[in-house]
Amino acid sequence: MSVATRPKRSWTVRTREAAVGALPPEKLLPDGQPTYVASWIYVFGVATLAALIVIVGSGMILSLKGPAWWHDTGVGHFFNSIHLWAVELFFFTMVVHLWGKYWMAAWRGGRTRVWVTGAITFLVAIPTALTGYVSQQNYDAQWISTQAKDAMNSVGIGAFFNVTNFGQMYSWHVLLFPVAVVALVAGHVLLVRRHGVVPPFELTARAGAQEPAGAARSDGPSDVSR
Amino acid sequence: MSPPSTKTLPWKGPYAPYDLIKELVIALVAMTLLAIVLTILFSSPDEKPSTIAQWSRQLPADFTKTAVSELAGTSKTAEYGPPYNHASEGQHAAFLKPQEWLGVSHPIDTANAYVLEPLQTITNDPALKSATAAYNAAPAKQRKEWAEAYGKALEKATVAANGTLTVQPGSYGPVPAMMSALLGLAQTGGLEGNLLRSNQFFQTDYTKPLLFMSDGGLLEERAQTQHLLGGQWGMMNETGSYPGQSWLWLYTLWYQIEPFKSSANADILVVLVMTVLSLAFILVPLIPGIRSIPRWIPIHRLIWREHYRARPS
Repeated sequence: MSVATRPKRSWTVRTREAAVGALPPEKLLPDGQPTYVASWIYVFGVATLAALIVIVGSGMILSLKGPAWWHDTGVGHFFNSIHLWAVELFFFTMVVHLWGKYWMAAWRGGRTRVWVTGAITFLVAIPTALTGYVSQQNYDAQWISTQAKDAMNSVGIGAFFNVTNFGQMYSWHVLLFPVAVVALVAGHVLLVRRHGVVPPFELTARAGAQEPAGAARSDGPSDVSR
Repeated sequence: MSPPSTKTLPWKGPYAPYDLIKELVIALVAMTLLAIVLTILFSSPDEKPSTIAQWSRQLPADFTKTAVSELAGTSKTAEYGPPYNHASEGQHAAFLKPQEWLGVSHPIDTANAYVLEPLQTITNDPALKSATAAYNAAPAKQRKEWAEAYGKALEKATVAANGTLTVQPGSYGPVPAMMSALLGLAQTGGLEGNLLRSNQFFQTDYTKPLLFMSDGGLLEERAQTQHLLGGQWGMMNETGSYPGQSWLWLYTLWYQIEPFKSSANADILVVLVMTVLSLAFILVPLIPGIRSIPRWIPIHRLIWREHYRARPS
């Protein structure tokens, strides 16, 4: 089909135009940053993203051989340890990142959704880790599942989310929760790319003040996960 | 969505060169190396799971006492309520009774599941067959009295070197014979498979054996030595000296203080408190006061110190 005869407002065209309009290539993959982006705190966003990649990678290797492999082989135990420590690093870097963003009030300038997606990612990561702990097939899994069931049952969640059911927990841990976390992180990063890194406070306009057009959104380029 | 008081102006200042992909690759290499170093230094915990066979051999009196409580309907699981049975309403907070509302989704009749059905699989024991028949023929009240009397006697039981239990003589009916057979079945490893029986060949649901073991003392005994009990901040710990789920510190904190600590509805109360706090966390940008603290306490001056040094005005 030639360009001349292409339907102008097809779903595909609309989607492409909306995507490119929201995130043109130079915004999606910038090669410059405002000079205020100069602090070690910015490292923790991309570090969280990197830890997530290590978690997913080590988890995929563990999945190749199934849930019992790591108990029986040194190689399996090695990758399980990588998985565990990547999770610890993920939470550590994410918490520092969140605190950093709080003290920067990083929701300013139309960035509320950036904060919201980051906060939800943290909250969804918690049951993602829990389902991993109860899928370990060892004493930790026995004890944690029999204790966690009471909280789940008390609010009715236990009726459909049974932490003592290994098969169900394993499914959630290797598929459903990771998909949710990765999707949330992807959305979060794209929102950061769209809105840019929040500027320092002296650029903040007070409520009711005269603001230039477009002031509600910062449109500067920024980093990958800030 | 953003409140007007938090709007920002576009950056009109200078830009510095920046390589996004390079930064991500460097971060990925650094985090991978860090994970490998931590793995080499600390590995990861993997305490072997407890088994019912192990429990029945190591703690035969505790195992038998637990089995008797399942038979009498007085164990934690037997009296739990939803989602396992209707023995109680479960936990509630004021008018909120979600445990009761969601109903019994994983039904467990403890007497049948943990004692009577497993005993039916022992086919070559006439004495057991006779004892079970006598038990089943007796009125419910009589059965409960036998089981409770035997359970009480087991608290003073003596255990011989070969694992045989001896209790004071009493009116226990056929219960001792049934428990002796169940103990023997458990010690040979036969009870594990029994509790995983279903209509399927492949099994992945360990609810029944885990709840049975949880009613006994072995898991808890191990938990105490590993600092995993609720009063030991156990919900955020794991075996060994590992960080565990340290991100659950706030959730665990509530269980250490009143009124949650001594409440029969502690779980639902703590979950509700954490739900409210989680919603507040998500909605920080919209909460007056909370969203202004970063402006009042200028930690941002430290974060952007180079910027403020270059642009003091």
